[in-house]
Amino acid sequence: MKGFVSLSRAMALGFFRDRTALFFTILFPLMFLVLFGGLFKSAGVSKTDVLEVGAVPVIDQLPADARAGVDQVLTIKPAGDRDAALAKVRKGDVAAVIEQVNGQVVVHFSAADQVRSGTVTSVVESLVQQANLRAAGVSTPALAMSAQPVEDQSLQPIQYMTPGILGWAIASGATFGAALTLVSWRQKKILRRLRLSPVPLQSVIGARVGVSIVIALVQAVIFVGVALLPYFGLKLSGSWWAGIPVMIAGTLAFLAIGLLAGAAAKTPESASAIANLIVLPMAFLSGAFFPLDSAPGWIRAVSNVLPLKHLVSGMQDVMVRGQGPAAVLPEVGILLGFCIVVTTAATFLFKWDDI
Amino acid sequence: MQPAIEVGELRKWYGDIHAVDGVSFSVQPGEFFGILGPNGAGKTTTLEMVEGLREPDSGTVRLFGESPWPRNPKLLPRIGVQLQASAFFERLTAREQLRLFASLYGVPTKQADEWLALVGLEDMAGVRNEKLSGGQQQRLSIACALAHNPDLVFLDEPTSGLDPQARRNLWELLRGINEQGRTVVLTTHYLDEAESLCDRVAIMDHGRILQEGPPAALVRGLDSPTRISVESGLLPLAEAATLAGDVEVDDDGVSLTFATRTPAPVLAALAERDALRGLSVRGATLEDVFLSLTGREYRA
Repeated sequence: MKGFVSLSRAMALGFFRDRTALFFTILFPLMFLVLFGGLFKSAGVSKTDVLEVGAVPVIDQLPADARAGVDQVLTIKPAGDRDAALAKVRKGDVAAVIEQVNGQVVVHFSAADQVRSGTVTSVVESLVQQANLRAAGVSTPALAMSAQPVEDQSLQPIQYMTPGILGWAIASGATFGAALTLVSWRQKKILRRLRLSPVPLQSVIGARVGVSIVIALVQAVIFVGVALLPYFGLKLSGSWWAGIPVMIAGTLAFLAIGLLAGAAAKTPESASAIANLIVLPMAFLSGAFFPLDSAPGWIRAVSNVLPLKHLVSGMQDVMVRGQGPAAVLPEVGILLGFCIVVTTAATFLFKWDDI
Repeated sequence: MQPAIEVGELRKWYGDIHAVDGVSFSVQPGEFFGILGPNGAGKTTTLEMVEGLREPDSGTVRLFGESPWPRNPKLLPRIGVQLQASAFFERLTAREQLRLFASLYGVPTKQADEWLALVGLEDMAGVRNEKLSGGQQQRLSIACALAHNPDLVFLDEPTSGLDPQARRNLWELLRGINEQGRTVVLTTHYLDEAESLCDRVAIMDHGRILQEGPPAALVRGLDSPTRISVESGLLPLAEAATLAGDVEVDDDGVSLTFATRTPAPVLAALAERDALRGLSVRGATLEDVFLSLTGREYRA
């Protein structure tokens, strides 16, 4: 027990004093989070600019609540000069210009930006229809539509990215930690030295596992803490704490991968190359950086056998998608099973010595 | 008395190479035993099999009557090992390394800290091992090997790569360890080190022990001539050759050297002629023993 505590302490000190390791385990993934979080922050709330020439009663005379609904989609501003306003549409500065001449509502748009002009025309068309209904004396339409997003918050990129990038950070932290410890301890003969001391092998492995789990939790606290800042606006759902067992199971799975890489490699350089070769493509294939919803079927099939996919989706389920704690059970099970299989493979390749 | 180490007919192959080829020796408690030989002689492999780090292909090893292979937890607290490459944890200070190794054996922190003073590293306690000099690292690694107060200490080439002053300091330390009653086994490729430290040495080459015994006895057993040198040109070569009975003379332009088994008359004759400038008298060394055993110059 004493050996376990002092070995853990030695490993933790070695890690926190290693600026390179700290950078790549914490700061580097955090940079991705900040960068992507900042880049995609406005994507969901971007509105379409529209200029209004003269009076447009269809819009101007809307009841306040209806107007608020329109304002969520369009930013409508009055334009002084009609020609100048049309020139802005041509240049792409605004999406459309709206004017109303008697009973005719005209929308001037540029065919170059079909998405935005589509938005404007459909909004205006619905306004015109509502006005027509009112004019015809229909106060309660036979059919009404109200749009409600199913996953209110999960559409926000930060909700998706926080667990994704955190998953990638945990995966690379655990893989590199295990691989480099194993190789450098073997190279520096620390493994042989430990073998000559009465410390049981379980204490050595236990210390590495314990330190890696602590590092993963530190990563999680920092990542979630940053994402929770109002600027990024992460909102955790109720059973977010159920993400912790997923992180621990994920750490174990990637420690096993690191152990395998460390057992197969002879030098720290080749160990980190092997670890990179495993973790980086996996990050892209597992939807850690971007959703795989639109990816080809075979990629989604491949992603299902990758542990990172289960780490990320397990965390997403409980941390941002609002699912109950039981939702993580299959993912935790898969990650632990992965850990057992890979560790078994690693023990066959394990060597105490270089020679 | 039960020997501290008993090794019988130890063999190890690496592929076709016979790294250790039938080595036998025993070491008594309290002895300072040296395994001497050039690089590649099989010293380290022998030591690793004795320590229990490698399984011998054949032969037996007993430490205090117990086999060290497979890993024998009963023996481990009784032996201290300093490996050839100093095995330190990364980015820990000298004191932290020492405390860590001590704690692996359940030794209290205070006792571990005492070792820092014993190896003269109190001033370096807060310095990370990467920043220590070669000699300081060796001393720290010896302290780490000894922190749990083992009965039997293995040191694999502890002074290789050190400057002469650091080597002398370390010798003092090693003598002290042995004088406290510990059995010390040391491998070295320095003949002077073996001669100066060891009670008994085994000379190894090509995986075999060529000869074994106290260094002085090995040298004496050679019955090799004493070499007397004075400054070159003090005497003409022809006169020098007739100076005293059985003598071989050589003048290399720097020194005039007499090789003789009866040094007294030669020295007397030189003194008579007042030709003692730059005098040095050397007996045989382990180097000569190695030369006579292998027929080739000793090259570490």
